[in-house]
Amino acid sequence: MARIEAEVGKPQGGFVTWIDDRFPMTSTLKYHVTEYYASKNFNIWYVFGVLAFVVLAIQLLTGIFLTMNYKPSAADAFASVEYIMRDVEWGWLIRYMHSTGASFFFIVVYLHMYRAMLYGSYKKPRELIWLIGMLIFLVLMAEAFAGYLLPWGQMSYWGAQVIISLFGAIPWVGDALVEIIRGDYSISDITLNRFFALHVVLLPLALIALVFVHIVALHEVGSNNPDGIEIKKNKDASGKPLDGIAFHPYHTSKDLVAIIVFLMIFSAVVFFAPDMGGYFLEHANFEPANLTATPEHIAPVWYFTPFYAILRAVPDKLWGFILFVTAVLLPVFLPWLDRSRVRSIRYRGWIYKSALAVFTVTFFMLGWLGTMPADGLYVLMARIFSVLYFAFFLLMPYYTAIDKTKPVPERVVYHG
Amino acid sequence: MDKFKKVAALMLLGMCFSAAAAMAAGGGMHMEKADIDPGNVSSLQRGARNFMNYCAGCHSAQYVRYKTIGKDLDLSEEQLIDNLMFNADKTYETIQASMPSADAGRWYGVTPPDLSLMVRAKGADYVFNFLKGFYVSKDSPTGVNNLVLAGTSMPHVLWELQGYQTASFSTHENKDGSVTTTFEGFETLSAGSMDAEDYGEFVRDTVNFLAFISEPIRSDRRKLGVWVLMFLIFFYILASMLKKQIWKDVK
Amino acid sequence: MTEDDLDRNRRHFLTVATLVTGAAGAGMAAIPFIASLKPSARAQALGAPVEVPVSTLQPGEMIRVLWRGKLVFVLRRTSEMLEKLPMVESELRDPNSEVLEQQPEYARNATRSIRPQYLVIEGSCTHLGCAPLQDFEVRPAEGWEGGFFCPCHGSKFDLAGRVYKGVPAPTNLRVPPYRFVRDDLILIGQDSGAA
Repeated sequence: MARIEAEVGKPQGGFVTWIDDRFPMTSTLKYHVTEYYASKNFNIWYVFGVLAFVVLAIQLLTGIFLTMNYKPSAADAFASVEYIMRDVEWGWLIRYMHSTGASFFFIVVYLHMYRAMLYGSYKKPRELIWLIGMLIFLVLMAEAFAGYLLPWGQMSYWGAQVIISLFGAIPWVGDALVEIIRGDYSISDITLNRFFALHVVLLPLALIALVFVHIVALHEVGSNNPDGIEIKKNKDASGKPLDGIAFHPYHTSKDLVAIIVFLMIFSAVVFFAPDMGGYFLEHANFEPANLTATPEHIAPVWYFTPFYAILRAVPDKLWGFILFVTAVLLPVFLPWLDRSRVRSIRYRGWIYKSALAVFTVTFFMLGWLGTMPADGLYVLMARIFSVLYFAFFLLMPYYTAIDKTKPVPERVVYHG
Repeated sequence: MDKFKKVAALMLLGMCFSAAAAMAAGGGMHMEKADIDPGNVSSLQRGARNFMNYCAGCHSAQYVRYKTIGKDLDLSEEQLIDNLMFNADKTYETIQASMPSADAGRWYGVTPPDLSLMVRAKGADYVFNFLKGFYVSKDSPTGVNNLVLAGTSMPHVLWELQGYQTASFSTHENKDGSVTTTFEGFETLSAGSMDAEDYGEFVRDTVNFLAFISEPIRSDRRKLGVWVLMFLIFFYILASMLKKQIWKDVK
Repeated sequence: MTEDDLDRNRRHFLTVATLVTGAAGAGMAAIPFIASLKPSARAQALGAPVEVPVSTLQPGEMIRVLWRGKLVFVLRRTSEMLEKLPMVESELRDPNSEVLEQQPEYARNATRSIRPQYLVIEGSCTHLGCAPLQDFEVRPAEGWEGGFFCPCHGSKFDLAGRVYKGVPAPTNLRVPPYRFVRDDLILIGQDSGAA
């Protein structure tokens, strides 16, 4: 308003001013881009947020084009995917980008979450960013699960069968809940149709909204850094953090390089190994859903297998379900489980370092075990690693409290 | 730019994890390698002929259009029509089985599966060994059983070429009383018109063709991938030079 | 030049080069997405040329067929009908088929057809795409010599699909590509070359 009054009668100003007088364009750009200061010592771990954003964009764009040719019905779904792969010009590329994008979404998001665990990014005052992030993760899991049913292959059908049946373990309401999810007495055309609605409308909208809120919350408190130091504590005379550099052009130019590297790896998979050895596109899913025969070896897509392994490690349906859900939800409580005085792993003691190392191995092992048949030694291993998984979180309040931390420096460590 | 090598390394690590798991998930029965060569156009052409002569009577490939085969196998429209299109008039048609599937269901108890994606679903080795794995069995209504897919309803369509063989098995009693049956080998019962080596090549060509129709775009996507990666490398060089330039004043 | 200037130049050059390369990459990436919107192989197969047997078509009779989902009229004109064609020319907007997109070269003649008696024409009004009705009855009192009439906005066409003056339709009805495979078999959708 002040500017409008000041500039009344002045002929110059131009388009940007015209907009700015009516919409906070320049100020928003300044706040979030050109004058958003983030630490100059970001390392490799700090690119996965922007990469997750890139994958989201890829998924939305390719998803829209797939929706133009896909048919959400049990009779036509499988054939329509092959139609996309063969008859639609470039359809194969769009589909491979989407299927590869699904796996890369999880690779990138898992690494992004791991970054938070390395540098204590979830600790005060960033608890809310973490909570929103966990919500994004849950919605992403639902999105991936709904999307996986759509090709209506053997794995789509039987994978959905297994996961939906899980909810039947809930006492009293389980069976009714399962029927509500399926909308039928078994997974059918009706289920496919509603999963399609969730996959292309509700869940993407929720993802976009949550990502927006995630970034707004981040920019409110500012980004963490590998030293876990609040850069806002040391400001120059003009109020700019001494260790911060503007998001644009510094971090944008750096992120661009990361995005290109990411696209190289992404393209290598899309063009040379879209199946990724049966991991990104499972072999059995090239057979249409057959309601009378379960594939010999059934496992969810790789990104669910760590939790699936925990589920199978428990010899009781209800407790398996409870531990499965708990395993997914436990990271939500990290901001309160972690009682260390420092954020970054750089200044933590040997206990947390060891715990995180064990957790890392545990997560990989569970992921691997989730793909293996559930018998003999594998079950035993899955049980051991399940215990370790839960121990990492549940014992955290104790071991982080007693862990000897190193003194945190005043300024971030940066070697040019 | 060391850091960005690390980005690559981290993501590759994630993928190695998947790949390792994929390998571990394999296994099962020992299979002979199909050893197909997707780039060998004449093998694909022979495979197409084999497919049309021996498979397409009962099996459809309903997602595959004849003109796709013509384009990628360097066949002219006349060659395509004269040599491959026995029950279709137009090159844009898809490959339908000559035998109506209802009849097939009545005769064999099951409808012969569509072969558009068979190699992608089962793997080239599986199909290769399946086609070589028929052996005489008195218990089966078709007179044959199959080493790869026991109890298959499919008769030994290629017997005129391969002849008939018997399979010998050895049984071994385990400590817990269960019995393990081990396949020992095939013995020729009656010779076909081809010797074992020629028949192997025949099956290899056929499987090569089946692999081709399961993803006709495969060779194109690999060619395009090289260009995309070259572009990205160029873009990477520029972008990383720009990054260095911009970061010069960060002390 | 100072070192600072050199740096600035270099930075400017690199910024522009990166932006141009990025834009080129985005442009190339857009190609598959835009191309995917074109008619697919299935659409092309469904839109393949249509064979129309005309052996049983009597003079004065018209049949309707669909080619690429578009209505096509095949009218076997009587000699009386053909005689009417030159008579109405003065009332037509484009009697000599001068709008070239509306017919293949071989139908750019007095009868707008390959063989005078057979009219092959798309049944889609050039105004807004409604399907014109046949109205072959001659009514001298109204000055109507027979032709096609569009129910949507009243456009009128003669027996060669030529548009009358003073109606909303801007051009003559379109003649699709076609050819005679035999004397009694018309192939609509293709004029020459292999089937």
